[in-house]
Amino acid sequence: MSTVRVLFVLLGAVAVGSALLVVTTRQIVHAALWLVVTLGALAGCFLLLTAEFVAWVQVLIYVGAVVVLLLFALMLTRAPTRPDPAARTPNAWFAAVVAAAVAGVLVTTLVAGFSGAVIDLDRAEIGGARVTGGAVFSTWVLPFEVLSVLLLAALVGAIVLSRRDVPNRPRDAEAARDTEPARDADDRERSSS
Amino acid sequence: MTAAVMPLAAGELAAFGKDPWWIILIKAVAITVFLLVFTIFNVWFERRVVARMQHRVGPNVHGKFGLLQSLADGIKLSLKETIKPKGVDTILYVLAPIISAAMAFVAFSVIPLGPEVSIFGHRTPLQLTDLPVGVLFVLAAASLGIYGIVLGGWSSGSTYPLLGGLRSSAQMISYEVAMGLALVAVFLYSGSMSTSEIVGAQAGGSAVDIFGVTLQLPSWYGVVLLPSFLIYMIAMVGETNRAPFDLPEAEGELVAGFMTEYSSMKYLLFFLAEYVNMVTVSALATTMFLGGWRAPWPISLWAGANEGWWPLLWFLGKVLVFLFVFIWLRGTLPRMRYDQFMRLGWKILIPVALVWTVFVATARATLSAGYQRQFFFGIGAVVIVVLLLSFVYDAVAARREKAEEVEREEADQVEFDPFAGGYPVPPMPGQKVPGLEPAAVAVAAASAGAGSADSSGGAGAEGAGQQADSGEERGRG
Amino acid sequence: MNGMAQPDNASYYATYTTVLTVILVGVAFAAAAFGANRLLRPTRPTREKLLTYESGVDPVGEGWAQTHVRYYVFAYLYVVFAVDAIYLFPWATVFAAPGFGWVTLVEMFVFLGFIAVGLLYAWRKGVLTWT
Repeated sequence: MSTVRVLFVLLGAVAVGSALLVVTTRQIVHAALWLVVTLGALAGCFLLLTAEFVAWVQVLIYVGAVVVLLLFALMLTRAPTRPDPAARTPNAWFAAVVAAAVAGVLVTTLVAGFSGAVIDLDRAEIGGARVTGGAVFSTWVLPFEVLSVLLLAALVGAIVLSRRDVPNRPRDAEAARDTEPARDADDRERSSS
Repeated sequence: MTAAVMPLAAGELAAFGKDPWWIILIKAVAITVFLLVFTIFNVWFERRVVARMQHRVGPNVHGKFGLLQSLADGIKLSLKETIKPKGVDTILYVLAPIISAAMAFVAFSVIPLGPEVSIFGHRTPLQLTDLPVGVLFVLAAASLGIYGIVLGGWSSGSTYPLLGGLRSSAQMISYEVAMGLALVAVFLYSGSMSTSEIVGAQAGGSAVDIFGVTLQLPSWYGVVLLPSFLIYMIAMVGETNRAPFDLPEAEGELVAGFMTEYSSMKYLLFFLAEYVNMVTVSALATTMFLGGWRAPWPISLWAGANEGWWPLLWFLGKVLVFLFVFIWLRGTLPRMRYDQFMRLGWKILIPVALVWTVFVATARATLSAGYQRQFFFGIGAVVIVVLLLSFVYDAVAARREKAEEVEREEADQVEFDPFAGGYPVPPMPGQKVPGLEPAAVAVAAASAGAGSADSSGGAGAEGAGQQADSGEERGRG
Repeated sequence: MNGMAQPDNASYYATYTTVLTVILVGVAFAAAAFGANRLLRPTRPTREKLLTYESGVDPVGEGWAQTHVRYYVFAYLYVVFAVDAIYLFPWATVFAAPGFGWVTLVEMFVFLGFIAVGLLYAWRKGVLTWT
């Protein structure tokens, strides 16, 4: 399986290289797209390690949903079509130090935890939907349930942050601008019923 | 627990991954060519059918029945000058249509087209490849296809494409959720995410014992899981940006949406991607809900129906039915407004899909545990409770409606300011336009004063129309 | 965890090699199409042709790009529901397997309950209404 090994190293290099480009490019939309390459390469790594379900989830969630969210967030900025002069700040060095420290902690944890683990790719169980589902719903139930609370909290946060721009009913918006208290009363009335 | 299920999966899929390289290449090229030719056919099919629905003839000059018309159009389009406007981001501008088209093609590679056949003496399944997570692969490819649209819109450096791209991607992500949730019920029944196993699971219906009567259940998930099928059908139209959900291409608002600045070959690729996507979602619908390549009922009585190359024909027939539905919708329904579209997706499709999934799971659990009688009594109880609740809700809602009606009558007296915010604006529903009498009087006045100047009569009629519109709006609200 | 003989993973890699082949055929097709297009098409650019399309009006400045926050909220909802769907898929495939059943059912219903609360909250706050 030396081909797999070579491909794995190549994909790893692509992931790291494009990750560096994410933080160095001046165009913020390009940064998001380099992030796509990084996450895609990571998905390739999962695929090579026979974790096919996780690999496609990586594509569907991270590449397909999270980066799209990021792109929509970037479109909220004033000028996503031009190189952003604010993309380079004097804080860059500090950020680099923090990033290096975090990477150090993560690598140390991984090495300490899994340094002796070896995957025999010829015989490894293929991580399809049943295997992954079996693991999640028999061993890792608590993290799974906690995740739902996390998602709920983040959703509520996103709604609260954006709510001022989203009036309750379009037809009321016009009237509400003049008579704000009236709308509040309307809200109360509807939520109590 | 995996020991019980894994060997089955391995046995089912063992036929794949054993093909020699030339068979794989033949199949890959064949699928590509098939999708290209089928797209040419589909464009012709769509134009002819829509023409028929509109009492026209449609293309009928080039070739028999005009069959070569779309081929001629395609060749003409690919020979056009490429215009690359100022201010585009070149790399992404070129990459976007390629991503769009490639993802549409790739998704098709896990669709089973038939059983094992013999190609040059080599037995191989009529399916390019099968993955244990095949459906997930299709969904992942679809979500990557969104990038083609976002990037196409962004890299053009122009307003219409940017807005069209954003709209389109927001639309696709909304309906992809509904699509994914609609498929969960199928996985619950088949216990697999592999397309070929799902087709296999629809081969024979299971028997259910209700109050001592044995019922043979139909085997297609489209019948057993009808709500899932309907949600998927709506979601697939939204996902492919087709009428009545073709908002990204709303000509009156956005010119051509994200492809406004595209021309020649790149435009052709977007065009191709749209049609191939239609075929891909139809093929997935066939596989998931209509028994895939397996012969439909009257034909399935013939013993040889599910062997050799015949299934390819059944499969194509089912896909064509879906494509006809796409065209039928386009010929029938007007385009929805964006807010209506989002409301349908988030307030109807997704909640219904979630509730339906919960229901199916509960049903599976109770039925497989042998509690048939309790299950059907439970359903009866739930239905009665829901009916009672809906009666109570209706009564309360009717009373509140009346109260709101009175309130709104008062609110209607809001004066209309034709220059609100410094711009000339049309009257909102419920605002009274000064100088115009209520509808009936205005019409009467217009018809009475038919001899007077045309302009005033026209204005009166228009005002009456507006009044009528707002009245309708009020009635619905 | 699996007591039986494992399937050899050669077929797993072969399957994905096939997927790669499809992608390569696709790339070859796109390259051929673009190549033929480049050879055969006319190229006569003029200043007016290369202007950004603005419905017949000469464009002023650059494409206005700042968007409304509502897109962001919907993208966020999409992330939440995509994660939801991703957990539903493996759940649906193992649900009927021996050793799961009622407990797994309740686990998923708790998860869905939290997600449903999120959707209801968004609904009540009027976020789901496009304005």
